[in-house]
Amino acid sequence: MSIAIYIAVMAGVTYLIRMIPFTFFTKKIKSKFIKSFLYYVPYAVLSAMTFPAIFYSTGNTVTAAVGTAVALLLAYFNLPLIAVALSASAAAFVTGFIIL
Amino acid sequence: MKKKSDFLSGLISGIPIGLGYLSVSFGFGIMAVNAGLSVLEAFMISLTNLTSAGQAAGVDIIAANGPLIEMAAVQFVINIRYALMAISLSQKLSSKFTFRHRLLAAYGITDEIFAVCSAKDGEVSPLFMYGVIFISTLGWVLGTFLGAFSGELLPSSVTAALGIMLYGMFTAIIIPPARKQKSILFVVIIAAALSIACKYLVRSLSGGLSVIICAIISAALAAVIFPKEDDE
Repeated sequence: MSIAIYIAVMAGVTYLIRMIPFTFFTKKIKSKFIKSFLYYVPYAVLSAMTFPAIFYSTGNTVTAAVGTAVALLLAYFNLPLIAVALSASAAAFVTGFIIL
Repeated sequence: MKKKSDFLSGLISGIPIGLGYLSVSFGFGIMAVNAGLSVLEAFMISLTNLTSAGQAAGVDIIAANGPLIEMAAVQFVINIRYALMAISLSQKLSSKFTFRHRLLAAYGITDEIFAVCSAKDGEVSPLFMYGVIFISTLGWVLGTFLGAFSGELLPSSVTAALGIMLYGMFTAIIIPPARKQKSILFVVIIAAALSIACKYLVRSLSGGLSVIICAIISAALAAVIFPKEDDE
């Protein structure tokens, strides 16, 4: 089968999943439960995506754990996103350099 | 003037995403070529899909010459979380977000772009979202191209360490509000605990599905225990 058709199906399904709710949900939601639920969704999604995946993100549990500790610490002190992200990478890299 | 600065602040907010995507999609590019795709095909997949887990699964299906219905079903399950994010984000859009803007910007709803738009103070304007999408997509397709084109641009010690970047960014988004609000701390802890439990106890569950289930349960629990007051 042509690879172009596969790509079209992939792209089409993925776009529709994003587009239909985004485009047709124009009303402000009234229900207190739904509003609260949607307010918490981003934190829930990000937390579920981060843990435990972050510990596998560098291919080595020790370097990932050090990077995670640095990220949590800097995030706790409210540092900007880019600073937290780069410091976590740098910490993982330096740890890898030392132990591997 | 105001419009220009919205796009610019979107670009700046999206820099960590663009850099993170550059390294993640580099891996995707290598993987796609190893699976027998051309550089152009890998590039086109990244440009039209803009999603990591879905693309990786898609390449597997192409390599296995699987049925199109499987391709559609797998993309649906892995990416259905975007529908949840789209609904959540739709509540935060400014009045400038017309039908056409929504059609266009829907293309760029990814985990990370959603995260940055959700974390933004106040409403999200089309130009802000376009700024985030532009820089993120640039990183994504450029990384794919470089990865597919030359598997050995960066030493593996560097690409491995870059793998943690996106997750570092996620923690920077969830930790500060969790410090301030008990309800958010509750959501973060429950979602993480469920996700860890899914990973080790329900091994057959795919990553995308696990995220949906954990997010729905923890957000629903929080909505019952800590209903949000109307004004904010």
